[in-house]
Amino acid sequence: MKYAFGLTAAAALFASTVVAEEVKPTTVSFVDGTIAESLTGQTGDPVEGRKVFANRKLGNCLACHTNADLSEESFHGEVGPPMDGVGDRWLEAELRGIVTNSKMMFEGTIMPAFYIDEGYTRPLDDFAGKSILTAQQVEDVVAYLMTLKEQ
Amino acid sequence: MNLKPWITVAVAGFAGMAFAQDSSTLSIEGDAFVTETAAPAHMENVDTIYSGWRFRSSETQALETDDFDNPAFVFVDQGIDLFDKVEGTENKACSSCHEDVEDFAGLRTQLPRVDDGELVTMENLVNECRTERMGAEPWKYSGGQMTAVTALIGLQSRGMPMDVAVDGDAAPFWEQGKELYYTRVGQLDMSCSNCHEDNYGVMIRADHLSQGQINGFPTYRLKNAKLNSIHGRFKGCMKNIRATPFKEGGAEFKALELYLASRGQGLSVETPSVRN
Ligand code: HEC
Ligand code: HEC
Repeated sequence: MKYAFGLTAAAALFASTVVAEEVKPTTVSFVDGTIAESLTGQTGDPVEGRKVFANRKLGNCLACHTNADLSEESFHGEVGPPMDGVGDRWLEAELRGIVTNSKMMFEGTIMPAFYIDEGYTRPLDDFAGKSILTAQQVEDVVAYLMTLKEQ
Repeated sequence: MNLKPWITVAVAGFAGMAFAQDSSTLSIEGDAFVTETAAPAHMENVDTIYSGWRFRSSETQALETDDFDNPAFVFVDQGIDLFDKVEGTENKACSSCHEDVEDFAGLRTQLPRVDDGELVTMENLVNECRTERMGAEPWKYSGGQMTAVTALIGLQSRGMPMDVAVDGDAAPFWEQGKELYYTRVGQLDMSCSNCHEDNYGVMIRADHLSQGQINGFPTYRLKNAKLNSIHGRFKGCMKNIRATPFKEGGAEFKALELYLASRGQGLSVETPSVRN
């Protein structure tokens, strides 16, 4: 019992540390559309990021961007530029800025801001006050984009 | 703004190939349809307008060319039965007053229109007959009975060019519709124009984006195997961008309908069309 209690306490402590370090959507600081520091204080996981990129309910980045690395997925949109070699063309801080809020980099873009939780109008109730992705998912996607280098 | 030069090139490249659909011509039961024409003068950012038919696969396109193959006609037949069905306290059917449904030829091209200061859609006109003249219950705005009858009435204008009035009484409604068309909404923060004006002709994941024209409504969609109303489609597009839709039959969607109808001036009415 004591052991179990200790575990819970440790887990709670751990959770609160993570939360404390996480940058909230409203406190993200941009410099010329870029974000220097990780939103979670840690490097993201590219394997998870690849899933977020393809998943229709998460990033659904494939709705607008073709990506040769995801050739197993049958439908790739063409609204935005191809993602091939995007890790060569942009620095990590730039990619973090683009995924967090692309409007800071590309004025008037159709690309949604994935890490804002206000500033949009008439959201469906289920999404009101929420960002499309979590800080962790943004970092995972950024880590994944960094792996997209031209061979 | 930090646009690297190569993006401009890539984006321009996309715009260049934006128009990938073939230039096939639509003929239904032997009659030629206008699926492409010069944009009306009020459209500032588009030169040519295209029917949604042009953006569909050849299999989907083929379904619309022959009324026996067009699955919407099952519902048009239901519309014929409903048109003749006596209902309400006045013991009347639509056909008691409108002996020949063909007399409605041309009506679809002019709706929505302003009657006594109010913008009215075909659904409004149908329900007005039901409540005022038949003493019957109104139909649900996008329900099966309503779409069956609006398809039947719209069919009488098939092949005629869209021709809504946008000035005079209609002007303030048209302005409201235009405003809505360009306003970003939802968690994805997009406007109708982001998809249907800026990106028509390109794929958005599995969908080939059209100009979002309404000349084919109500439309039979392979996706849900039924007739879909104009406002039902608006609702679907808003939900896709995670926006709370406006009310079907409400002021906003009626204004948007007028504005969209005016963006399709000159396209042939295709009611009932087939889409995916
Ligand atoms: C609705 C369309 C849309 C969606 C969804 C979308 N993007 Fe974009 N994206 C664009 C467009 C359009 C641009 C080009 C910028 C501009 O001019 O608007 C762009 C640009 C980018 C760029 C810069 C590309 C380059 O080579 O310059 C990156 C990186 C990017 N997007 C990543 C993503 C990721 C990751 C996601 C999902 C988490 C995503 N996008 C979702 C439309 C979209
Ligand atoms: C995220 C992209 C997107 C946005 C934003 C969007 N739509 Fe659509 N819309 C689609 C797609 C995809 C289809 C199906 C393919 C097609 O016809 O373009 C569609 C279809 C339509 C159609 C049917 C066209 C036909 O030929 O049957 C209409 C009408 C329409 N949209 C109107 C609207 C209106 C009005 C708005 C704004 C309230 C809107 N759309 C916003 C993506 C979008």
